[in-house]
Amino acid sequence: MKKIEAVIQPFKLDEVKEALKGIGIDGMTITEVRGHGRQKGHKEVYRGQEYNVDLLPKVKIEMVVPAGRADEAVKTLCGAARTGKIGDGKVFVYDVAEAIRIRNDDRGESAL
Amino acid sequence: MIRRVFCLLLLAAALLAPAAAQTVEAKLASLEAAAKAAQSSGDNAWMLTSSALVLMMTGPGLALFYGGLVRKKNVLGTMMHSFVLMAVITVLWCLAGYSLTFAEGNSFMGDLRYALLNGVGSAPNADYAGTIPQQTFMIYQLMFAIITPALISGAFAERMKFSGMLLFMVLWAFLVYFPMAHMVWGKGGLLNAYLGGKFPCFDFAGGTVVHITSGVSALVCALYLGKRQGYKVEPMKPHSLVISFVGACLLWVGWFGFNAGSALGATGLASSAFVATHFGAAAATLGWLLAEWIQTGKPSFLGAISGAVAGLVAITPASGFVRPLPALLIGFAAGILCYFMVTGVKVRFGYDDSLDAFGVHGAGGTLGAILTGVFATNAVNDVLKDAAGKPAALGWVDGNAGQILNQAIGVAIAWALAMAGTFLILKICDATVGLRADREQEIQGLDLSMHGEEGYILES
Repeated sequence: MKKIEAVIQPFKLDEVKEALKGIGIDGMTITEVRGHGRQKGHKEVYRGQEYNVDLLPKVKIEMVVPAGRADEAVKTLCGAARTGKIGDGKVFVYDVAEAIRIRNDDRGESAL
Repeated sequence: MIRRVFCLLLLAAALLAPAAAQTVEAKLASLEAAAKAAQSSGDNAWMLTSSALVLMMTGPGLALFYGGLVRKKNVLGTMMHSFVLMAVITVLWCLAGYSLTFAEGNSFMGDLRYALLNGVGSAPNADYAGTIPQQTFMIYQLMFAIITPALISGAFAERMKFSGMLLFMVLWAFLVYFPMAHMVWGKGGLLNAYLGGKFPCFDFAGGTVVHITSGVSALVCALYLGKRQGYKVEPMKPHSLVISFVGACLLWVGWFGFNAGSALGATGLASSAFVATHFGAAAATLGWLLAEWIQTGKPSFLGAISGAVAGLVAITPASGFVRPLPALLIGFAAGILCYFMVTGVKVRFGYDDSLDAFGVHGAGGTLGAILTGVFATNAVNDVLKDAAGKPAALGWVDGNAGQILNQAIGVAIAWALAMAGTFLILKICDATVGLRADREQEIQGLDLSMHGEEGYILES
């Protein structure tokens, strides 16, 4: 099993969700986060007081998929989240040791 | 026979003539009384409406304007400053405030003849407003006494202890507001242009009384209390300009009661003041935006609403004395001046006037008071008569350049009283209940530390 963690532009969330649903992946957890990579923030000025806002709002998607489907899922996700501009975000893929469904103690891929 | 009839007719006419004359006189008198009553009820309707409008400037107007500008952990504490003054000053006004301000006394303070509102009823007080009940005049003036200290709270927002704030405001009303308002508007006051003042200073609706006193006191507070924890290190962005926008618009509308109401009747002068007020606000909005656009490259929303308030402040003393075009000029100048006060001057001197009470009210009020001496004209306001009974020359445009000096004297007295009085009061509060919230309270936010509540509970 692989865990896919992606930080994307908030306005791309719906497209990403639809695209993943399209290939049969619909389990995911979403968090609203703030962050930045190479993307510089922007400047805000309130009555002459300047603030550099460099932590920008992003959406973090976490999902665990069978190992064999990870590449396909990442490809779909990237395709839907891409605008081609700086600030599109990043994807990280991890190995997952175990998964358990709390309701009935299913383990492994059948718990996904 | 004919002669006899003629004599009888003459006799009857002689008998009836006085009776007929009497009826005409009585009719005239009753017509006069009816006209007076009609004017009185018209004036009273406008003044009661104006009173409500001016209260609306404090709550919710100013409370929202200031509330949106602070961080969200201080939104209730900030709005509370305005709201609690609606209660505190009202009680003081009843006990002695109205009397100390408007009763005839010496040049600096009224006496106590109206204490507990004794004798303040439905009969007019001809010294101030001969067509409305004195009670209406009293409640109208109360609303000014409420908003003035509330304006100061912008300078010490986000860091003042609630108890210290309360004591400060009570003392400030007695030591600064009541004396200053008496000097300018009270009978026999030192600066009263209409009722025997030594230095006739024109202040239609409170440039000196309201805006200079509050703005300058705000500066003293900001300097005395020191900066907020984390000033210039942590972001202190306004938490909701949307809320501030609603507040600014309520201020703009409420200001029609403030300025046009200061005509104390539903008169042509009220219309003129209404127009000047609106024009001043409009021009100042554009003045601030223009200065900002040129300097930073972006015309900001906060700049637009701040500019409007700056213009309303500056036009306040002039509103009942100037024509529409000078109103535009005064507003435009105020927009530019106040922009540089809150951006350039504040940064240069490094004081933390959190919400720019000094930069907007102190600076805008001073500019407006001086420019009133330039643009005041008897073509707008002919109440003041010269020795020959003709409308007196008012400002420089009427050929009375000396009025600028009188205005400057009024400004100087307002500045001096505000500085000395506020400093003394801060010392007293500091030595007794204390002024500043402690570090932990301030970091936690005044909503929780002072009031045990939060403004936004989004998870409930």
